[in-house]
Amino acid sequence: MKTLLLIAIGSAVVNNVVLSQFLGICPFLGVSKKTETAAGMGGAVIFVIGIASLVTSLIYKFILTPTDTQYLQTIVFILVIAALVQFVEMFLKKSMPSLYQSLGVYLPLITTNCAVLGVALTNVTKEYGILESVVNGLATAFGFFLAICIMAGIREKIEYNDIPKPFQGTAIVLITACLMSIAFMGFSGMI
Amino acid sequence: MNKYTERLYNGIIKENPTFVLMLGMCPTLAVTTAAMNGLGMGLSTTLVLVFSNLLISAFRKVIPDGVRMPAFIVIVASLVTVVEFLMKAYTPDLATQLGVYIPLIVVNCIILGRAESYASKNAVMPSVFDGIGMGLGFTFGLTCIGIIREILGAGQIFGVQALSLEWFTPITIFVMAPGAFLVLAFLVAVMNIVREKMEAKGKPLAAPSGCLTGDCAHCGQSAMCTGKKSE
Repeated sequence: MKTLLLIAIGSAVVNNVVLSQFLGICPFLGVSKKTETAAGMGGAVIFVIGIASLVTSLIYKFILTPTDTQYLQTIVFILVIAALVQFVEMFLKKSMPSLYQSLGVYLPLITTNCAVLGVALTNVTKEYGILESVVNGLATAFGFFLAICIMAGIREKIEYNDIPKPFQGTAIVLITACLMSIAFMGFSGMI
Repeated sequence: MNKYTERLYNGIIKENPTFVLMLGMCPTLAVTTAAMNGLGMGLSTTLVLVFSNLLISAFRKVIPDGVRMPAFIVIVASLVTVVEFLMKAYTPDLATQLGVYIPLIVVNCIILGRAESYASKNAVMPSVFDGIGMGLGFTFGLTCIGIIREILGAGQIFGVQALSLEWFTPITIFVMAPGAFLVLAFLVAVMNIVREKMEAKGKPLAAPSGCLTGDCAHCGQSAMCTGKKSE
């Protein structure tokens, strides 16, 4: 239990996926203009990474390890993730239309999101078991949710500021990310 | 200028993936803590890019259009696995430094972007040179950012103490995570000024096509991403 808690805190805030590992920068910058869309994207990421880390760790443990083909992990994981996202999208569309309404548009954006593949590979590198992998995945995704929601909140306010012309747009967002990253460094003493 | 040197010039200067197109920002931020890491990452990406362009261009008439993207991904992922093993065997220190970012070359938008927009439409030799040009442009960008961060953050260039610690206090934050965002922010701002100057001269630069624009229409991966952002 204690290890799981440490993994969760470590992945969610201390080694935040966006602000200290730089994975998933694309949606972090692209879909963070409004808090509602940011929350939608964050929710979709939690959903996909949760399922993907379960499936990839199952595949690693029960297919790749017994057949001694761990070296295929990158190829297998990226294909599994791509197929999984398509499948989840179809499944949601058919059986949970209300959830699809709120998450659907973000799902295909996640296929090539490096955070999903990054978590799957980290789980293998750190030799996490299945439960630990899922906890790590969910915590990492929660860290992403946290970062993108805070960023969207700040960006809504930045809209009204008087920013020097060259810094308008992406540059000021990156400076905001820099300050957020400094703030998140404050968590590093926690574990 | 023949078409091969044109491809090289295009990749390194005219459509430089880091400075002009703003592609592949995840590795750009993550591995540029030192110039050496930037160089290593750039060269390994170049290797993957050249061979993926070669294979994709060679098989472009065989791969059915409907399964284009999965086929590209399999080719790129296999090449990345090969490069990862080569690096673990011959440059183990660098491989440890770059860690998970080596397998993540698979999802680098430069590689699938070039596959989709160039290699799948052009002959083999121009595609190879396109790969070399784009790869070297990316390497150049990463090394520059690495040098800036290393000299401000540690007073070193390629691990050699360039600024004496007697009078220079390293600004350690530059080699840590926030420094990456800060350096990139200033890079984007400088490029905005350059862009404006070039436009005034009547020689506009190519539009950024990476995720930094927050605009899916210009994304190199828009072909494989079925849901466009609804903002």
